[in-house]
Parts: sequence; C-alpha cells; structure tokens
Amino acid sequence: MSQAPLLEIKHLTTKFSTEQGIVKAVDGVSLHIDPEETVGIVGESGCGKSVTAESILRLFDEKTTEYGGQILFEGRDLLQLSEEEMRKVRGNRISIIFQDPMSSLNPVYTIGDQIMEAIRLHQRASRRQAREKALELLRLTGISDPERRLRSYPHELSGGMRQRVMIALALSCEPRLLIADEPTTALDVTIQAQILELMNELKEKLRMGIMLITHDLSVVAQMCSRVIVMYLGEVVEEAEVTTLFDRPLHPYTSGLLKSVPQLDGRRKQKLYEISGAVPAMHEVEACCRFAPRCPFATELCRSKAPSLEEAEPGHRVRCWHYKDIQANGGGSDGSGLLVTA
Amino acid sequence: MASLEPIAVSAPPGRGRIAWRRYFSNPLLVTGTAIMSVVALLALLAPWTTSYDPYSIETLNRLQPPSGEHLFGTDQLGRDVFTRVVYGIRVSLLVGASVTAIAGAIGLLVGLASAYSPVCDHIFMRICDGLYAFPSILLAISIVAIMGPQTGNVILALTIVYIPSIARIVRSAALVVQEKTFIEGLRAQGAGVFRIMGLHMLPNVLSPLIVQASFVFAVSILTEASLSFLGAGIPAPEPSLGNLLLDGKNVIFKAWWMTVFPGVFIILMILGLNLLGDGLRDFLDPGAGSNNRFAKRKKAVRRRRRRSD
Ligand SMILES: Nc1ncnc2c1ncn2[C@@H]1O[C@H](COP(=O)(O)OP(=O)(O)O)[C@@H](O)[C@H]1O
Ligand code: SF4
Ligand SMILES: [Mg+2]
Repeated sequence: MSQAPLLEIKHLTTKFSTEQGIVKAVDGVSLHIDPEETVGIVGESGCGKSVTAESILRLFDEKTTEYGGQILFEGRDLLQLSEEEMRKVRGNRISIIFQDPMSSLNPVYTIGDQIMEAIRLHQRASRRQAREKALELLRLTGISDPERRLRSYPHELSGGMRQRVMIALALSCEPRLLIADEPTTALDVTIQAQILELMNELKEKLRMGIMLITHDLSVVAQMCSRVIVMYLGEVVEEAEVTTLFDRPLHPYTSGLLKSVPQLDGRRKQKLYEISGAVPAMHEVEACCRFAPRCPFATELCRSKAPSLEEAEPGHRVRCWHYKDIQANGGGSDGSGLLVTA
Repeated sequence: MASLEPIAVSAPPGRGRIAWRRYFSNPLLVTGTAIMSVVALLALLAPWTTSYDPYSIETLNRLQPPSGEHLFGTDQLGRDVFTRVVYGIRVSLLVGASVTAIAGAIGLLVGLASAYSPVCDHIFMRICDGLYAFPSILLAISIVAIMGPQTGNVILALTIVYIPSIARIVRSAALVVQEKTFIEGLRAQGAGVFRIMGLHMLPNVLSPLIVQASFVFAVSILTEASLSFLGAGIPAPEPSLGNLLLDGKNVIFKAWWMTVFPGVFIILMILGLNLLGDGLRDFLDPGAGSNNRFAKRKKAVRRRRRRSD
C-alpha cells in the first residue's frame, strides 16, 4: 500500500442514453489496482463488469455515453483526455482481451499481419522488425509452431489458440495494465487452465497489473490477490481473496460462494438470474439494491441505501446488517437466496 | 502507416491451389466466366474478329440473309450485322463496366459512411428511398431526356439509378461486421476510424459488394439496351445492341436475323453475368458452399487440427 496505485477509479458512473431512456450501467464504482497486482472483478452477468472495464478505455460511443467520476492512470484522469491522447493509451499502456475468441480477429488478415499492425500502431518498426516482434510474442504465448501461425488465418485456429493470439496482440506494446474480460469463459476447462497459467506467467515476466473479470470464483481463487464483488452497477464488497473466501460479509457474496461447484460432487446450486435490465435509478435509489433477493432484508434496507463501509482494514462492504449477519453465522448460510439448479 | 495486404475478400484459403479447386468445383462460376470471357474476347478483339466496318453502307447488299460472307446477314443499309453485333457488345460492356465501377465505388463509400454515422445514414438512405420509388427505366429515361442522348449521359443515368442497390448491400454487410468483437478490439488497440473503416471493414464487405456488382453489371446492360431501343440511349449510327433491335423491329418479318442475333447476345451476357454472380456468392461465402464435398473435407481437417491443439 506504500506505492501509488497503477489505476485508481473514483466514483465512476457510466450512463447510456438508449431508446428506452437512460441506463446507468455503472454507478459510483471506486476501486484501485496496484502495480503488478491481479484484481478480480466478479458478479453475475449484467452487473456492469464489462462496462466498467470498457469505460477505462472509453470504448463506448461518446455521443450516447456519459462518464462521471475519475479514472486515474499514470498521473492523468483518462476521462479528461482527448480522443487523440486516449488512442495512445489504448493498446499501448492499457490493453484489453475480450471473452469471445471467435470473432476477436479479422477473418481476412493473417495472424501475423494483425499482430504486426498492433505493434506498428504504437511503435516505430519496419515490417521486418514488426514481424520478428510478432514471432517473439507468439512464442511467448507458447502457441505451437509459431512461424506457421504467423501465416495462418483466424479460422484455421482453435478457440484456445485464438485466445493465445489475442494475448499476444494485447501484450504487443507491453502494457502496464491488462484488462481480461472473461478471457476463458468461452473455452473448455483444460484450455482454460492453460490460458490462466499463461497469464500468470506473463504477468511475472512483464510486470503488469491485471484486472481479471469473471463470474467464476474458482478462477479468482487461482489468479487474484484481491477481489471486488459487483452487484447491479455497484461495488458491494471488496477484500483480499483469502478474507473473502473465509469471511464474506455481504449476503450476495455468500450466495456467490455457495454457487461454486463443489468438488465432492454435492449438487451445484445456482443463483437466481436477475430478471430484466438494471432497474431505473429512481426505483433503486432509496433502498439496498439487493433487498428484493436478500433473506436478511429489513425495513431499513428497503428505505435507505447502504454505503460502502470499511469493516476491517482492506475489507469493504455495502450492507446495513453485515455485523449481525456475521454474528449469527448467517453469512455463510444465505440459504434463502438460493435455488437448487 | 502499417501496410496490411488484404487477401482477396473473405475467401479464406490463402493458398492458390485450394482456391483453384474451389473454383472448379463451382459449375455456376465456371460457366459464367466462360460465357463472359468468350463474349468479351469477341468484342475486345473486334478489329480482328471481323473484317467489315460497322458503319460502311453498301446499299447493294441490303437485307441479305446469313451466309458464309455475312455470318449474321446484313441490315437495311447493307451493313454487316455480325460486325455491328460485335461492336454493340463493346458498347454494352463499356456501359456495364463503367456503371458498375462508378456505382460500385460510390455505393461502397455511401454504404460504409451510412453504417458508421447515423447522420449520414439518415440522409443517404432517404435519398436512396427516393431513387427506389421510381421504376429504374423511367428514372433513367428522364435523366437522359434532360441531359441529352449520349453514351456518357447513359452511363451517368444508370450510375445514379444503381448506386442505391449497392449502397444498401454494403451498408447492411457493414452493420454486421461492425458488431464483431474485432472491430471493438481494434478501437481498444488504439486504431482510428479511417484505419478501421478502410483496412478492416472494407475487405469484409467486399464479397457481397462484388456479388451485387455483377448483378448491377447485368441489369445495366439490359437497361442500356432498353433505353437505346426506346431511342433514349446511345445515339443512332453507333451500334449498341438496343439500337440493333430497334433497326430490326421494322423488318422483323422480312429479316429475322437482325433481331435474333443481337437478342441472343443480350440474353447470353445477362445469363453469363447472373451465373457469375450466383457462382461468386457461393465462392466468396464459404458458409453457403458448405454442402459441397470439398468444404466438408476442409471442416474435418480443421476439426482434427483443433483436437490436436
Ligand atoms: N452500449 C450499451 N448501451 C446500453 N446499455 C448497455 C450497453 N452496454 C451494456 N449495457 C447494459 O449495462 C449493463 C451491464 O452490462 P455488462 O457490463 O456488459 O455486464 P457484465 O457484468 O455481464 O459484463 C447491462 O444491463 C447491459 O444491458
Ligand atoms: S443492506 Fe439489507 S438487504 Fe442489503 S444486503 Fe444488507 S441485509 Fe441484505
Ligand atoms: Mg461482460
């Protein structure tokens, strides 16, 4: 905690104007990532993980998107940069890997051409130098037969190989921060383990920070030092990985932990899917957003929104009753919000 | 500016041999190119394929039926019909190619711009709607009527008429490509709008563009012939296929050859271009051709490769 964080997000809000009205997909999210740290972001799909990530790079159409708060990176607020300056950050200082490896590469160009293009977007390099660098990057990702891959087209590669190529592409300018948005969700389990292993390895080599988005807590346990749990556009809990797994304070986190498949073959339990989109702001302003699904909800929860509180050093939680729940041992039960799948 | 060399549209096999085999396993494409190459060669080599002058009048030889000397016979002014047909094909191809090239280029730009910017989309697509509202022949006739019957004006009229059909195809293809993750990925890499549109969107919309262009080629030949037949196209002594039909109309019962031969060549060209278009569609879109043997084999290879990864 002594050094300055690599990335510090303060009260980020991201609002989209859509035909149905304003959608506040991210609402007052604050978090930080230290240099060389891997931070996990977890939460159900639709809770705003991807929007948070893509807001960092400002990838949304600026005409229909409104950002609020601050995103501090390398001494600058990314939200204040011009589009021109922002382009120098994207892919260069901060890279992102998307979930979908199938359509993440342009089908009409070879792998080599695409990596070389990424290199030459930010670095002065001749075609030959770029080619060598591309080859080196492919080697780094441990892909089989890198020389041939350079000349392959995306459709000739499997999902796992494409995700390796995406990693090579993302690392082409040695970014300080790598955002991985569910990088392994679309892959099968053995390939998933290999890709995660690779990311860990490359993190050591390149000494970058990683923001790992996932809805899979076992991935978090394997990769991250700290976790941030999001629910409906807000951070509801933040803690060191071990703390979070041992002593989850928020009922939602307990539920998530319960829904991790158990190795001993116990029936996997599944969380309710959130029905509909993020509720309109005025509906959720005056209550805890989790109240409709929370077994511990009280009148207080339904009339006033809790704020993010520091329960112990480095452990923040957004819940009125976390102390009572913990005292009753209810936090690790949370049975009321679960359905058997 | 990093230079990327796009391979020919989205045809995935970068390897020449595979592409050739795919070509020969596509009978539509082979027939289409064969017809069009024969017709085009005949026309382009016109000074060599015939020894007559298309304009020289020989009143003594009026309305001769086909013979060894005059393969397709002669017309009312004693001009050799074969020669006039061959030069007529030249005119048709010139008009068709010019319209396709200009309408293709403008349609491509308009389509891409419409896909990218909602404002452009509103403006361009309303104009296209307006152009669509008229029957194309009527619109072309009015434009030629205003500008005067000249080859250049016919080309201009047909270009205006056929831009919308190209622009729409490009626009809808571009909208699909735009949703692909790799476009967002490029933005995340720090690529600018022009790089994304020019280097990445464009090659991905080329295959529908090429297919549509081959149909535009066909209909513009047909429309030019219709315009000329109605007297609103290529001006008289010049031998366009429509003019030949018009000449033949008055003597259709005395000299069938004046109508039949130009007609046959119009049909041949339209047929050839349509086959070409259908063939290209299968050739350029690997998904659509997946019922053929070759595609199946390739899929099996890919599956095997994936398993070994
Ligand atoms: N471009 C957009 N315009 C409008 N709404 C969006 C947009 N992108 C995402 N959203 C909405 O924001 C919410 C959060 O989405 P997202 O961050 O993708 O969830 P996830 O946590 O699964 O990554 C969703 O309800 C989604 O519908
Ligand atoms: S504030 Fe109330 S409703 Fe919200 S999580 Fe805590 S106990 Fe549940
Ligand atoms: Mg997501």
